[in-house]
Amino acid sequence: MILDYTLLIVGSGALILGTVSGALGCFALLRKQSLLGDAISHAALPGLCIAFLLTWTKSPWVLALGALLAGWLGVLIVSGLRRFTPLKDDAALGFILSVFFGLGMVLMSIIQRLPTSNQSGLGTYLFGSAATMLRSDVIMMAILGSAVLGLLILLWQHFKVFTFDPAFAKSLGLKTAILEILLTGMIVIAIVIGLQSVGVVLMSALLVAPAAAARQWTHRLGMMVFLAAGIGAFSALSGAWISSLIPKLPTGPVIVLVLSAIVLVSLLKQMRKGNS
Amino acid sequence: MNAQIPAIAVHDLTLAYQDKAVLWDIDIEIPQGVLVAIVGPNGAGKTTLLKAILGLLKPASGQVQVMGLPYKQQRHVVGYVPQRTSVDWDFPTTVRDVVMMGRYGQMGWFGRPSADDKSRVDAALEQVNMTEFADRHISALSGGQQQRVFLARALVQDAMIYLMDEPFVGVDVATEKAIVSVLQDLRKAGKTLLVVHHDLQTLTSYFDWALLLNVRQIAVGPVQEVITDENLRAAYGGRSAFFEVPGA
Repeated sequence: MILDYTLLIVGSGALILGTVSGALGCFALLRKQSLLGDAISHAALPGLCIAFLLTWTKSPWVLALGALLAGWLGVLIVSGLRRFTPLKDDAALGFILSVFFGLGMVLMSIIQRLPTSNQSGLGTYLFGSAATMLRSDVIMMAILGSAVLGLLILLWQHFKVFTFDPAFAKSLGLKTAILEILLTGMIVIAIVIGLQSVGVVLMSALLVAPAAAARQWTHRLGMMVFLAAGIGAFSALSGAWISSLIPKLPTGPVIVLVLSAIVLVSLLKQMRKGNS
Repeated sequence: MNAQIPAIAVHDLTLAYQDKAVLWDIDIEIPQGVLVAIVGPNGAGKTTLLKAILGLLKPASGQVQVMGLPYKQQRHVVGYVPQRTSVDWDFPTTVRDVVMMGRYGQMGWFGRPSADDKSRVDAALEQVNMTEFADRHISALSGGQQQRVFLARALVQDAMIYLMDEPFVGVDVATEKAIVSVLQDLRKAGKTLLVVHHDLQTLTSYFDWALLLNVRQIAVGPVQEVITDENLRAAYGGRSAFFEVPGA
C-alpha cells in the first residue's frame, strides 16, 4: 500500500503547518516583523518544557498551550522593553530570543535526566522531527490552523489596510488595537503548529522564507498569500519526506534547505528581470 | 446640520513627547466650508496637530470637537490624507485597491465592496486623473501619482472635513495643479479642509485661511490677516527674511 497510515498522518501534518505559516508569514514580512517570529519560536521552548514538567504528559494541547503562553509572553516583554527602556527593537528581540532559549535548554537538560522514559521525544523540538507526529498532534494542528486561516479570510480587508497603513486604518475607526493582538496571536499560533516538525531553532524560516519567495512572483497581496501558503506546504511536505528516508536526519534543516532553493530561484528571477 | 457650528473646535490642547511640549495650549475654531493652511517652521507641530485631532496621538490635555461633538462620535465625517512617505509603497497591491481602502470604514467587520463602493472608487480615480493607472501596482508610481492615489482614497471616504498632511511635498507641477483644483472643488461643495502646507508663496492663491503655528498658535484667520511681518517673525524668527510676504 502506497498511502500507509504514518505517511498519511505526517503528510497531512506537514501540509497544514506549511500552509498556515506560509500564509501568516506574509503579514510578518510586510509588517517588517521577520525577527519577531524567530524570537517567538525560541521563546516557546521553555513553555513546552514547563508544560511538560507540570503535567507529565506530552498531550499536544498541553504542549501547544505552554508554547503559546511562552511565545506570547516573549512578545509582551519585547514590546515592554521597546516602550519603557532605551533598547531598540533588534536588541530587544535578540535579548528575548537568547534568554528564553537559554532557559529552555536548561529545562530541557533537566527533563532529559529525569528517571522516566516518558520524556523521550521532547528533544526533537529543537530541530524538529515530522516523523514523531501522531494523529492527536495533527488534529490539534488542523483545528488551530483552520481557526487562524478562517479568521484571516473573514477579516482580510482589515488586516490588509492595517498592514499597509495603520494610522489610516485607525482614522477609519477600525479597531487597530484588536487587529494588532489578533494578527500577532495568529502568527504565534502558526509558529506553535510547526514547532514539533520544524523545531524552535529553524521555525522562523518557514514563516518568512515562503513570503519572501512569493513576493518576487506577484504584486497582489491575495496572490502572495496564496503562493506563500503553497510554497510553505510544498517545502514542509518534501522536507518531511526526505528526512524520513535517512535515519536520524531532523526535518527542520531539510525544510530550510528546500526553502532556500525556492527563495534563491525567486530572487534570481527578480534580479534578471531588474537588469533587463 | 447647523451651519454656525464650527467644523473643528480645539480647546486647550497640549501635547508632549517625553516632557517636551510639541503643542502648547492650542485653541482654535475653524468654521465650516473654509480651506485652511497649517503653516509654520519644521518641528512646529503641524503633523502632530492633525494626528491629535484624529485621535492618533494622545494629548496631555484638551478636547477636540468635530461638528459640535467629540471626535470619537464623528469619525465618519473626517477624511485623512497622511504623509505620502508614511507607508511602504512596495506593498503588494494596486492603485484601485488602495483607493478602495477609503471605503473600509463604512463596510463593518465582515463587509465586502459593493457596486456603489466600486463606482465611487472609479469616480475618485477620474477626479485625480488616475483612471488609466487603476490596475497598476503602486510601486510603479511617481511621487505625484502616489499623492493623487492618497487623495482619491480620502475622496471616497465621502467626508465633510478633510485633514491633509503635506500633500504638495515632492510632487510635480501637474499634480500640484490637480490637487489644488480638487481642494477648491471640495471647498465649493461646502467641505472644510485643513492642509499642512510649506510654501508661503502660494498661500494666498490656494487658501482662504491660515493657521500659523510654532508649538503655540501664533495666529489663525483669513490669510491676509494672518500673514503679517510681525506674525511671521513670531513663527519663524529670523528665518522669515527668506520669504517674501505676498502683497506686502
